[in-house]
Amino acid sequence: MDTYDIIIVGGGGAGLRAAIAAAESSPKLSIALVSKVYPMRSHTVSAEGGTAAVLRDNDSFDTHAKDTIFGADFLADQDAVEMFINEAPGELIQLEHWGCPWSRDPDGRMSVRAFGGMSVNRTAFAADKTGFHMLHALFQTSLKYESVNRYDECFVTTLLVNDGRVQGITIINIYNGQVEVITGKAVILCTGGGGRVFPFTTNAAIKTGDGMALAYRAGVALKDMEFVQYHPTGLPGTGILITEASRGEGGWLTNKDGYRYLQDYGLGPPTDEPVHRKMELGPRDILSRCHMQELEKGRTFEGPYGHYVHLDLRHLGENKINEKIPFVRELARKYIGIDPVYEPIPVRPVVHYMMGGISTDATTKTTLAGLYAAGETACVSINGANRLGSNSLTECLVFGARAGRSAAEYASAQSSPSSKPLEALARDEQQRLDQQFLRKEGGKERIATIRQEMHKTMEEGVGIYRNEEAMQKTCNTLSQLRERFKDISFDDRSSIFNTEVIAALELDFMLDVAGAIAHSAANRKESRGSHTRTDFPKRDDENFLKHSLAHRTVDGPRIEYSPVTITRWQPEERKY
Amino acid sequence: MISPRPDKSMLYYPKMPATWWLRKRSYFLFMLRELSSVFIAIFLVVLLVQIYQLSEGPKSYTAFAQRLGSPGWIIFHAIALLFAIYHSITWFFSTAVVLPLRLGKREIPRNLVAALNIGAWIVVSLVILYLFLSLKG
Amino acid sequence: MNGATATLNITRYLPGQDQIPRSQSYSVPYQRDWVILDALNYIKDHIDGTLSYRWSCRMGVCGSCGMMVNGVPKLTCAVFLRDFYPQEIRIEPLVNFPIIRDLVIDMSDFLDKLKSVKPWIIRKTEKQISEGEYLQTPEELSAYQQFTQCINCMLCYAACPVYGMEPEFLGPAAIALGYRYNQDSRDQGKESRQAVLGSHEGIWQCTFVGECTEVCPKEVDPAAAIQRSKVEITKDWFKSVLLPWGQR
Ligand SMILES: Cc1cc2nc3c(=O)[nH]c(=O)nc-3n(C[C@H](O)[C@H](O)[C@H](O)COP(=O)(O)OP(=O)(O)OC[C@H]3O[C@@H](n4cnc5c(N)ncnc54)[C@H](O)[C@@H]3O)c2cc1C
Ligand code: SF4
Ligand code: FES
Repeated sequence: MDTYDIIIVGGGGAGLRAAIAAAESSPKLSIALVSKVYPMRSHTVSAEGGTAAVLRDNDSFDTHAKDTIFGADFLADQDAVEMFINEAPGELIQLEHWGCPWSRDPDGRMSVRAFGGMSVNRTAFAADKTGFHMLHALFQTSLKYESVNRYDECFVTTLLVNDGRVQGITIINIYNGQVEVITGKAVILCTGGGGRVFPFTTNAAIKTGDGMALAYRAGVALKDMEFVQYHPTGLPGTGILITEASRGEGGWLTNKDGYRYLQDYGLGPPTDEPVHRKMELGPRDILSRCHMQELEKGRTFEGPYGHYVHLDLRHLGENKINEKIPFVRELARKYIGIDPVYEPIPVRPVVHYMMGGISTDATTKTTLAGLYAAGETACVSINGANRLGSNSLTECLVFGARAGRSAAEYASAQSSPSSKPLEALARDEQQRLDQQFLRKEGGKERIATIRQEMHKTMEEGVGIYRNEEAMQKTCNTLSQLRERFKDISFDDRSSIFNTEVIAALELDFMLDVAGAIAHSAANRKESRGSHTRTDFPKRDDENFLKHSLAHRTVDGPRIEYSPVTITRWQPEERKY
Repeated sequence: MISPRPDKSMLYYPKMPATWWLRKRSYFLFMLRELSSVFIAIFLVVLLVQIYQLSEGPKSYTAFAQRLGSPGWIIFHAIALLFAIYHSITWFFSTAVVLPLRLGKREIPRNLVAALNIGAWIVVSLVILYLFLSLKG
Repeated sequence: MNGATATLNITRYLPGQDQIPRSQSYSVPYQRDWVILDALNYIKDHIDGTLSYRWSCRMGVCGSCGMMVNGVPKLTCAVFLRDFYPQEIRIEPLVNFPIIRDLVIDMSDFLDKLKSVKPWIIRKTEKQISEGEYLQTPEELSAYQQFTQCINCMLCYAACPVYGMEPEFLGPAAIALGYRYNQDSRDQGKESRQAVLGSHEGIWQCTFVGECTEVCPKEVDPAAAIQRSKVEITKDWFKSVLLPWGQR
C-alpha cells in the first residue's frame, strides 16, 4: 500500500498542471501522478488549433466572457466564467515561461489567431500542434519536481471512499496485472473526456470517460451530460480532426455544388476574408447542424463512410498553408492522400468534446470530501451547452492549477487515512475485479460487439438531432447492453500487459457514461446549444435554464436539476 | 521518479543478430567506417616508420621504400586511400548538417552544400597533385 | 468488401509461456484506406483478443504505435496496408528494446535519459508572470523549433546501431531535446546540460550513421542536433582552455 498526500489521476494538460501547482504550493507534499498511458501520450497531445486568453489591448475580459457565455447558450455559470477568463492570460504566460514554443509575431510577442465564436483574435497557438507543445512543455517541466511520483501505465479502477471522504484509489499495474492500493488525503480526477462512446469521433482511443464513471460510482453527480459537441470538420471514416484554425485562417465549407452553403442559414454574407463569428467562423453546434440540413436537402457528397462536404483551402496558397496549418496538410496527405493545396478536403461532423462531466464548483471541489476534478472530465461549468473552440486547453490550465492548489490546501489540513478500512475496501475491489475481469471464465459476448452496438445506439439516439422516441430507445438499448456486458468473454487470461482486460474495464465505464448522456438528454425537453431536439426545437429558459445532474442508482440514472448562476449577462436569443 | 517498472526478469532482451549490419546500406557503411579505422591506423604507423627510416639515411630509406613497392603493400595503400576518401566524404556531408547554410529564409539543400564541399576538395587535391608532379618533373 | 485479404506475420511473445518470441500469421480483409494499425485493431476485435500493442491517437502525434514494419521502424497508424499489398507484412516490436509482451517494448530507460538532459527552461533570474512573456522573435523560435517536434516515438532508437550495441548511449531523441533547450533564447542552462550531453554516454558515442534522421516521422533531425552539439561542446572546451578566466 503506497501512501501519498495527493493523488492525481491523469497525465494530460489538466493533470500535469495540477501536479506542478500542488508541488509548487508546498514542497513537503508527496504527490502521485497516475496515468493509464505515459503522460505524453495523453489526448491533450492531439489538440491542434490553440488556446484562448485575453492577451491584447484590443481585447477585454468582458468580451471574452460574453463570447463564452453566449457560445454556451447561457448555460454557463457566469461567476466561474469570469474567474476563468481573469486567470487565463497568466496561465498562458506561465506556460511560455516553461518553454512552450508559441508562435510569435515579428516583435517577439505571442501571436493570436481567429477562432469560431470568438469576436476578436485571442487564440494563442504553437503552429497547429498547440496541444502537443503544451503537453510536452508541461510534461518536461514536471520532471524537475522530485515530489511528483509517477505511476505510468497504471489503470485506476475505483475510488476508495471511507468515512464520507475519498481516501485513495485502486489501480491495476498494467505491467503485471496486480491490483494495488494507493492512499491519499485528496484525489484529483483529470481523466479527460469520453468521446469514444460514439462511433465517429476526433477523440483518441483512451478517451473513455473513466474519471466520470469513477466519480459517478462514488456518488458524485455528472452535470450537463447531454451536451456533446460535434466538430463540423472531421475526416470521414477515421474521425481525425481538421482543426478549426483552417477556417480561422480563411478556409471555406462548400457543398456538392461548390456553394458556400452556410450563407443559407443566417451566417452570411460570404466574404473572401474570414469575419469573426460569421460563415465558417460560426460556432460548432450551428455549423454541424447546417451540415445535417444540407444532407437532408441532398446537397452533400456520398462516400464510403457516408455523407460529407468540402473544406476548401486552395485559395490560401501553399505558403500560408505551410506556415500556419502545416499539420492539416500533413494529415490530409497522409491519411486520405489529398493535398489541400490542390484539392478540397472531405469533412463531416464528428463527436469532439463533452461539455458535461463531474460536477464541481469553481474551486474544482466535488460534493465528495477530498475529491477534486479538472479538465475535460469536469463540469464547472464554463462551457454550458456549447464550448467555444480553444477555451478547453485554457480550462485545463486554469482549473488544473486551481485543483492542484485546492487539493494541496485540503491535504495539508488532513490527517492520514487509517489503513484498516481501506484494506477491506481494497479486498472487495480485488474480488470484483477477479470475478468480472481478471479471472473471469466463460461468457459469450465479445467486447467489440457490445462496444459497436453502444456506438450505434448512441449515434441513433443522441446524435446531432434528437427526439423523444429515439432517445427512449437508446436508453433501453443501453440497459440491455449493461446486462449483456455481464456475459463478456476474454481471449486473454495473461496478467502481463493485458490490453483486453483494460478494454473491458473501459467499456464498463463507457456504458455508465453513455447512460448518463442518454438519460440527461431525454429529460431536457428543449433545444439549447449542442442539444437539438426536433420535437422541442426552441430554447425554454422558463423550464430549462438549469444544469442537469445525473445520479447513479440501481434502476439507472436519476436526473435532478440545479440553478445556473447568472450575473451580468441576461439570457437573450443566440444569433450570429 | 517513477514507481512501477516492468519486472526485468520477465522481459525478453533480443540480441542483435550477427548479420545485422548487412541489413541496411547505412549500417554496412557504419561498419565499414568502424573497420576502416584499422587500415588508417596501420597506414599511420607505416608513415611513422617511413619518417624514422628517412632520418636513418638514404640507404635504409630506399630499402624500406622498395619493400613498400610490393603488390601487397600497394593494395593495402589503395584500400587505405579509398577509406580515407570515404571518411572525407562522410565528413563533408556531416559539415553540411552541422552548419546549415541559409539563403534568405530557405536552407540551402544539404546535398548541394556537401557537393560544393566535395567539388572544392577535388579542385584542391588536383592543384596539390599538379604541384607535386611539376616539382618532381 | 471484395473478399481480398492481407496477411500479417506478427511477432508474439508471452513471458512465462514463450521462451523466445515467435511469429504468428493473421489474415484480415484488405481495405485500401486501412493503416496497419486498423488491421491490428481488426485482429484484436475479431480474431484474437490476446494480441497486445500500444496505440491511442491514430493520427501520428501521440507516439505510442511505433513498430518494425518489414524491418523498418514506423508509426503503424501512419503506414497503409496498400503500400505492401499483396505482399505479406512482417510486424515486430521495435528493435533495440527489451520486449514486455508481443509488440510492447520497455521504454522506461528513455524516460530516465530524458530527465537527465534537464528538458525544462533553466533561468538565472526568473521573470514574474505579471511582467508578461519573454519576447522571442520568429527567427529565435526557428533556431530550435524543429527539435521541439519530437513525439518520443522511439523509432530513432530502433534505427540506431550504436544504441543497439551500447544501451547506455543517451540516444538521438534525448540529445535532440537537450539541444532544443540549449538553443532556446529563453534558456540559460546550457552549462548544466553540456555535462550530460558531453559525457561518455553522450554525443561522442554517435558515429554519424544518420538513420535516426531517416526514420524520424516528425522531421526532427536528431543527427543534426548531435553533430551540432559536438561542435558547440568543442567550441566551449577551446574557449575554456584558451581564454583567460573571466572572459568566457
Ligand atoms: C483532435 C482534438 C483537437 C482539439 N483541439 C483543441 C484546441 O485547438 N483548443 C482547445 O482548447 N481544445 C482542443 N481540444 C480539446 C482539448 O484537447 C481537450 O479537452 C483537453 O486536452 C483535455 O485534457 P485533459 O487533461 O482534461 O485530458 P487528457 O489529455 O485526455 O488526459 C487524460 C489523462 O487521464 C488518464 N486516464 C484516463 N483514465 C484513466 C484511468 N482509468 N486510469 C489512469 N489514468 C487514466 C490518461 O492516461 C490521460 O493521461 C481538442 C480535442 C481533440 C480531440
Ligand atoms: S526524434 Fe523523431 S524518431 Fe526520435 S523519438 Fe523523436 S519523433 Fe521519434
Ligand atoms: S497511435 Fe498515436 S502515433 Fe500512432
